[in-house]
Amino acid sequence: MKRIRTVSERNKLIQGIGFSGLSLAALITVIPIIMMVVYIFWQGSPAISWEFLSGFPREGMRAGGVLPAIVGTFWLTLGTAVIAVPLGIGAAIYLSEYAPDTRWTRVIRIAIINLAGIPSVVYGLFGLGLFVLFLQFGTSILAGSLTLAIMTLPVIISTAEEALRAVPNSFRVVSVSLGGSKWQTIRRVVLPQAIPGILTGVILGLERAAGETAPILFTVAAFFLPRLPSSIFDATMALPYHLFVISTQVPGMPVQIQYGTAVVLLTFVLSMNIIATIIRSRARARRQW
Amino acid sequence: MTMREINWRELAITRLIKACGYSVIIFVGLIFLFLLREGSPALVEIPIPSLFSSRWYPIEDYFGILPLISGTIVVTIGAALVSVPLGVSTAIFIAEIAPHWAKEILKPLVEVLAGLPSVMLGFLGILVIAPLVRTTINVPTGLTAFTGALLLGLMAIPTIVSVAEDALDAVPRTYRQAALALGATEWQIIWRVTLPAARSGVLTAIMLGIGRAIGETMTVMMVTGNAPVLLTGLESLFRPVRTMTATIAAEMGEVANGSVHYHSLFLIGIALFLISLIVNMTAASVVFRQRKRAERILS
Repeated sequence: MKRIRTVSERNKLIQGIGFSGLSLAALITVIPIIMMVVYIFWQGSPAISWEFLSGFPREGMRAGGVLPAIVGTFWLTLGTAVIAVPLGIGAAIYLSEYAPDTRWTRVIRIAIINLAGIPSVVYGLFGLGLFVLFLQFGTSILAGSLTLAIMTLPVIISTAEEALRAVPNSFRVVSVSLGGSKWQTIRRVVLPQAIPGILTGVILGLERAAGETAPILFTVAAFFLPRLPSSIFDATMALPYHLFVISTQVPGMPVQIQYGTAVVLLTFVLSMNIIATIIRSRARARRQW
Repeated sequence: MTMREINWRELAITRLIKACGYSVIIFVGLIFLFLLREGSPALVEIPIPSLFSSRWYPIEDYFGILPLISGTIVVTIGAALVSVPLGVSTAIFIAEIAPHWAKEILKPLVEVLAGLPSVMLGFLGILVIAPLVRTTINVPTGLTAFTGALLLGLMAIPTIVSVAEDALDAVPRTYRQAALALGATEWQIIWRVTLPAARSGVLTAIMLGIGRAIGETMTVMMVTGNAPVLLTGLESLFRPVRTMTATIAAEMGEVANGSVHYHSLFLIGIALFLISLIVNMTAASVVFRQRKRAERILS
């Protein structure tokens, strides 16, 4: 009897140690995340003012605002969305609704996995080689958006496909039995049900595109431009690249402007993240199947 | 609308959707093609022995990539030492023992980390982490491989957590119930049943996380000090290094198109592309094999 008790006590002890270890690891993982976000807002929010958001950089970027970088990142994100969203959703529809289980479908899946793993700087090289030089778009919003769009595709495709697959098959069966064609079924029945999931994926994908620096280094980003871009063939400043420039390339940079720029970028990215989280949790709460 | 019209539209839309699906293959092909196009001349222009020498100094025509490879290896190993234990433990915590409210906090936070721009981690690395590293371990500069490894480790965590958590979730409930019925404690179930059953998925997670670390660019470029020197031992962890990715990002802006230097940077790009291809193909084959096995068991 005594022996059994010691074994179970020992097991309990081991479990206690194990569980505390795991909880500790989870804490060590999330505390830096919270600290980073809070620290940046704490250090940078004093720099935020209307002049900072709406002004051009002055005195070699050591004063003034970040307007051109904000505008640039906005256009780049929009350009990425215009290219990647239809293409990504189309590919997701193909994979979830049409694709037969053949070798070629497997090749598509492997291609998506590979696309997701290619280092961001390699996307930059590719964009430089194909869009900037070969197709002669120059360093432009067009070249940058195309590069970012291809990089964002795998995120959009995999989340959209997951959302489409989550729609129960009975929905499709009912629609077809009522005489709907395949496309009508997808357009009127499956897509509307999957929209929240797709939207979440799109926003998370665009969030990554908005924060990326390496793919835009050689395809669009400008060190400093005294004006806003006026067409898709213009180069532009962008928030992530601007933060890189003022934290490594400009000596004697006031720390406050650096943190201020970081706050603007973080706000841009975090708000997309929060919107995606809200859409997802609301859709989950409302779902009737 | 007549039947015929609908059919035409239906056909056109089907074709369009199919084209979207296949476009992904074309993109991977295009990426490889253009890397080859711009990078392969370097293999002719630079003699192979000097390519594998230990000096990278392009201005004087030294194109030895060994220092860059060693930089990538050291930083990646360091990052793995940080991210693998933390990432896998966090995944187990979320999947197996966290109460509902903790999951609801942890998962979005990990997602926030995945979305944090790498340039921002580099920025904090320069301003906060590097001075800390310099004073704590008393080295001349805080911009070292160690600093890079710390931050990269953090960045690889979301990949590891999400893939490993999926793998743990996919372990059938019956496995756990059977172990519980045999009198196993929760810890024994995690350690002896769930984790072994999810083994291949967890390994995939680790591999994808390491792949992420190899490919990271901005953070390493900003915090590792950018010194392309060949690393020798463990002490080099606390010296400035430069990785393959950082070299491309730092130097591509300043080279003339079509020069040897330009081609050599694309050659490094080809190497990175192939590394990520190997990592991801292996991960994909594990996923496919798992699916097949699941189908066999269920049928």
